[in-house]
Amino acid sequence: MAVKVMIPTPLRQFTGKQASIECNAATVGEALGSLTGSFAELRKHLYTEDGKIRSFVNVYLNDEDIRFLDKENTQTKDGDTISIVPSIAGGSPYWK
Amino acid sequence: MAIPTDTLPKQEVKLSKEEVLRYSRHLIMPEVGLEGQLKLKRARVLLIGTGGLGAPLGLYLAAAGVGHLGLVDFDVVDFSNLQRQVTFSTGDVGKHKTEAAKARLSGLNPTIEIQTFETRLTSENALELFRDFDIIVDGTDNFPTRYLVNDACLLLGKPNVYGSIFRFEGQATVFGYPGGPCYRCLYPEPPPPGLVPSCAEGGVLGVLPGIVGSIQAMETIKLILGTGEPLVGRLLLFDALGMRFRELKLRKNPACPLCGDNRTITKLIDYEEFCGIRGEEAPPMTDGIPEISAKDLKARQDRGDDLFILDVREPHEYQICNLNGKLIPLGELPRRVNELDSSREMVVHCRSGKRSADAIQFLQKAGFKKLLNLKGGVLAWADEVDPAMPKY
Repeated sequence: MAVKVMIPTPLRQFTGKQASIECNAATVGEALGSLTGSFAELRKHLYTEDGKIRSFVNVYLNDEDIRFLDKENTQTKDGDTISIVPSIAGGSPYWK
Repeated sequence: MAIPTDTLPKQEVKLSKEEVLRYSRHLIMPEVGLEGQLKLKRARVLLIGTGGLGAPLGLYLAAAGVGHLGLVDFDVVDFSNLQRQVTFSTGDVGKHKTEAAKARLSGLNPTIEIQTFETRLTSENALELFRDFDIIVDGTDNFPTRYLVNDACLLLGKPNVYGSIFRFEGQATVFGYPGGPCYRCLYPEPPPPGLVPSCAEGGVLGVLPGIVGSIQAMETIKLILGTGEPLVGRLLLFDALGMRFRELKLRKNPACPLCGDNRTITKLIDYEEFCGIRGEEAPPMTDGIPEISAKDLKARQDRGDDLFILDVREPHEYQICNLNGKLIPLGELPRRVNELDSSREMVVHCRSGKRSADAIQFLQKAGFKKLLNLKGGVLAWADEVDPAMPKY
């Protein structure tokens, strides 16, 4: 299935500044796998060391949070949009 | 469903003749009308943060006639704020943000009450502060405070109008609305420090908080009026570069530790610890002046840290020896402070460390925060790092 993955601003530095990436994938997990395959640096920002999606990163298939669907096994169809939505705080550095 | 704004002792609220004229563009709209304007006048809204998001929030809520505004901020205005924090003027640099904002907002609308809280929001004071307000608006800039605001709002049953920004991107929603999700439903945990760059490192386009803060102001007013469809259960994403708004569904998480079926959080916690911030070492201080030794400075430079060196000696001293810093003699500093970038970490030095301590005291008052005094000045540098450097 041809799907589009939307990359949020903080992670674009790892995708050669691209705001979205097209790929072929049958599930959301496959799409993210293909993405981190092409852009290895993204991996540690999306996954914990034991391979789980990080809890401050949400992944949406179209407008639904995959945590409330079938998580990474959620099936995709042609033309779907996957969004990576990390938490952002704005403003100051952490140590402030 | 309107948020009740009459939880506090009822008092007769009327509009004066001047207020009728001031709010006439509201009054002629049936969605607001006199009744709505009186709701605004009775409303009590607390703004957490008077920075980039707080600027449009304060201005629009004051202009709209929200009768009681609370402003919480511990910070002072610095030059690097002026690019986006449009409540402040150049003349406000060095002043406390709450005071400067109060002066500006009272000028805009002298008929409203503005209460300032010049303090850092903490687990100790949050519930007490929030109790007297109907709606809390989160215009903060860091994860610990965002979780604190969320938790305190949930514990007190108050809505939390949320907005956050990064570079060209913004998010907005309303948490803590009866039956709606909370911030922890969306993000159970914050990112560990260092994984996501902050605005101070990543930057932010000045107009962006203007747009996101205005959306928060609009949602706040809608909640007060009980009009329209509140931004509840929906996360609004704004991409300024693509100039696109998108909307994602935001569901209440049954496993949420704060508002889910099995709640494990029933009181405020230590949010810095929760966000993994403990253990960040503060630099050593002498009389409130943070210091760095010559050896540590050399080590940080060798490591490639971005440190700006400010030399506050006189030009003839600079000719004798220097650390390749920018030269602004102490006496010229007040006049030339605008040549400095307060967002960069700065090491200030002189010959022995005395004048640079005075310079740091001045810069602290001007709102600079990332300052380090080179302990022992160039003399210590010659002793500890570079024996070839002439001493005088």
